Amino acid sequence: MDTNLVEMFRAGLNWVTMALDAPSARVVLFGVRIQWHIFVEVLLGFVIVILLSQKSYKPPKRPLTEQEIDELCDEWVPEPLIPPITEDMMHEPPVLESAAGPHTTVNGKDVVNFASANYLGLIGHEKLLESCTSALEKYGVGSCGPRGFYGTIDVHLDCETRISKFLSTPDTILYSYGLSTMFSTIPCFCKKGDIIVADEGVHWGIQNGLQLSRSTIVYFKHNDMDSLRSTLEKIMTKNKRSKNLRRYIVAEAVYQNSGQIAPLDEIVKLKEKYKFRVILDESNSFGVLGRSGRGLAEHHGVPIEKIDVVTAAMGHALATEGGFCTGNARIIDYQRLSSSGYVFSASLPPYLASAAITAIDVIDQNPDLLVKMKQNIALLWKGLKDIKGMSLASDPESPIVFLELEKSSGSTKEDLLLLEKMADRALKEDSLLVVSSKKSFLDKCRLPVGIKLLVSAGHSESDLIKVSESLKRLASELLL
Amino acid sequence: MKNFDCFNRPISSAPDSWVDVIERYSNDNNKTLKRTTKSTRCLNLGSYNYLGFGSFDEYCTPRVIESLKKFSASTCSSRVDAGTTSVHAELEECVAKYVGKPAAIVTGMGFATNSAIIPVLIGKGGLIISDSLNHTSIVNGARGSGATIRVFQHNTPAHLERVLKEQIAEGQPRTHRPWKKIIVVVEGIYSMEGEICQLPEIVSVCKKYKAYVYLDEAHSIGAIGKTGRGVCELLGVDTADVDIMMGTFTKSFGSCGGYIAGSKDLIQYLKYHCPAHLYATSISTPSAQQIISAIKVILGEDGSNRGAQKLARIRENSNFFRAELQKMGFEVLGDNDSPVMPIMLYNPAKIPAFSRECLRENVAVVVVGFPATPLLLARARICISASHSREDLIKALKVISKAGDLTGIKYFPAAPKKQEEEKDRMKLD
Repeated sequence: MDTNLVEMFRAGLNWVTMALDAPSARVVLFGVRIQWHIFVEVLLGFVIVILLSQKSYKPPKRPLTEQEIDELCDEWVPEPLIPPITEDMMHEPPVLESAAGPHTTVNGKDVVNFASANYLGLIGHEKLLESCTSALEKYGVGSCGPRGFYGTIDVHLDCETRISKFLSTPDTILYSYGLSTMFSTIPCFCKKGDIIVADEGVHWGIQNGLQLSRSTIVYFKHNDMDSLRSTLEKIMTKNKRSKNLRRYIVAEAVYQNSGQIAPLDEIVKLKEKYKFRVILDESNSFGVLGRSGRGLAEHHGVPIEKIDVVTAAMGHALATEGGFCTGNARIIDYQRLSSSGYVFSASLPPYLASAAITAIDVIDQNPDLLVKMKQNIALLWKGLKDIKGMSLASDPESPIVFLELEKSSGSTKEDLLLLEKMADRALKEDSLLVVSSKKSFLDKCRLPVGIKLLVSAGHSESDLIKVSESLKRLASELLL
Repeated sequence: MKNFDCFNRPISSAPDSWVDVIERYSNDNNKTLKRTTKSTRCLNLGSYNYLGFGSFDEYCTPRVIESLKKFSASTCSSRVDAGTTSVHAELEECVAKYVGKPAAIVTGMGFATNSAIIPVLIGKGGLIISDSLNHTSIVNGARGSGATIRVFQHNTPAHLERVLKEQIAEGQPRTHRPWKKIIVVVEGIYSMEGEICQLPEIVSVCKKYKAYVYLDEAHSIGAIGKTGRGVCELLGVDTADVDIMMGTFTKSFGSCGGYIAGSKDLIQYLKYHCPAHLYATSISTPSAQQIISAIKVILGEDGSNRGAQKLARIRENSNFFRAELQKMGFEVLGDNDSPVMPIMLYNPAKIPAFSRECLRENVAVVVVGFPATPLLLARARICISASHSREDLIKALKVISKAGDLTGIKYFPAAPKKQEEEKDRMKLD
């Protein structure tokens, strides 16, 4: 049956071939024998040409006419530039009438000042004032130019050398503003595509730097080393490409938002295991932690070469303004060319740089200031141990003593208003200047809010007792 | 690498009209430069010292030292905690009155002012239209805010109007929802071009399309205008039409820091939310005192007419210098009355040649190349100060002319009737 079919098919094919060949069996065109398949190919060629020349279907574009554009522009109503001002935005800060030392004057009254980060009491120190005065007489106030265009004054270079010598690092670079140090350093090194693991409690300057760097950012739980370990583990195992990307860990030595101290020895162990680089912000620990004030590395006994980039703002223990970054010579040289806050901004006023040099000299020669400050912190802890309604959330050795609310009302706004009321009453009734947390809507940190006390070496025992008594009284009146 | 000695030159005296430039030497072909203890006294044409407040001043400095002794160098605290002293309060009032707005807020650094204020005013869903040659601080602030950014051709109000019309009609990208608000950012004097912004036309365009105007007067406050009040005074624009006026104190007032001036509500809102106000250390009190004293001198409230003299002198000096340079055949950018004068070099190889030749004759100039300017548009930028005397300027002209001959940058023939052509060519740049 099959063979019959095949034979019939073959016979049919033969007949067709002959039939088609027959008329042109003897035609030779251009030296090529015309056969039947030429006709099929020519027909196919025509079909292809016709299809290609068809226009493809595009839905018709109708751009807006001039009149329509004008109508849209007339109709559009923008939002007001700022939302309406509410009651709580009208709060005025206290206006000081004398230097912000441990005691200061507000509204003609003498108040005890726990709101200045004057950890070693160097505000008002005669050596600093002397060096500032001579610098002012020699150089005037401003430096009138960025570092690249005659804004580099010899005191800047001296200051950088002095800081490098103090911390035993190869090189240092000075910035003209404390807040801009972090948000210029991070985008300088971290670019799009890198991975940064940051603590969730870092302050706004660091958050802004992270955002400007456009890298991938992963947060870990505040000061929790287990969370850090699991995050690093997840990043290294989940993504095979991670091995070829640059990876950074960003942390603060003493967190401004909570007063906790970062366990640097564990961070360094994790960094070496998973091969990350560490960027550390030592604003509140420079001049404070460690036996001679050399910061967190000395405090934990870690050699400072293990930390890749160390930045600090000088507006805290050094009682001056500005910031610096220290580290390897290559890292510092790179920043001199590509850090936006350094290249495109005027340099630090020379009298502030000479104040920084004098402050470091004073710290070097007077180690008893550190001892006094540590004693004051311990005394304050003893006094505030049994305060009702609030708990001490900071590290016992940190100069920022942070009292957080034990029972939050659920809304950050309500808590902030309550704490502000407490701080206002402390000022009015007991002549005490304390800080309640302030939050901008740009700040992404979600740590609990509270009252911050910044302890200085210049506070006397009676000051500390006074503040403990006052806070205990106010807490029991307002919070329970 | 080989021309590193033209930049970062350290000085060992105040940045006045004459300055001590420290000599440096290098053993490895300018890769690292080492300081020596010797210095040469040079004429300073590079520092931003427009009104001459950059060094010891007989009215300002004693008051600054007094405030230093009373308040010490820093308050170590942010403005909302314990960083507001009576000097800060006085400063904000003084600045607001000087600029012509109801209220002002002051921060410790001009760069940080832009980076911290723009994100507070506008966020995702808003549109920022900025001039193509705006400063890095504005670009940083705009990127950090999360709003969409569009650029319009430098100083061209017609193009700005076209961009505004297109953008309002189209709406937000992809969703076509209407924009929440539009802010147009311009500068008073552009530091690399020396041009003054065409403010009246830009303000009228923005009013027509209901956009907000943000004016950055970093170089123009204190330097132009009859009483030094900046580009609004010079061009006759009412300050109430400009919504947000920003400026810095580094250039004309010889201090540091930046300010924002606007309506009372705007400043109150910024004081509550601006991160530079809430988290950063407040501006150093002696610097604040320097600004107050400088403003008093400019307005004549110190009892002398030094302020008026300074303002007249800087205008005279700038116009004289610019005219002489153009007569010699240099290509100089910028408008009349602007104290910033870029001299075009074009060829990047001429940058170190011009700079070293001038230094050899004891004149310190600033040369700018890539990446601050396009690669083939290198220039030398002169900043005139009110403390330059006529002899200083004549000496500078002689030296620059000699250096210009040696490097071949006198691109125009030194004939007066060709000045019209040059001006046309400059506007097209």
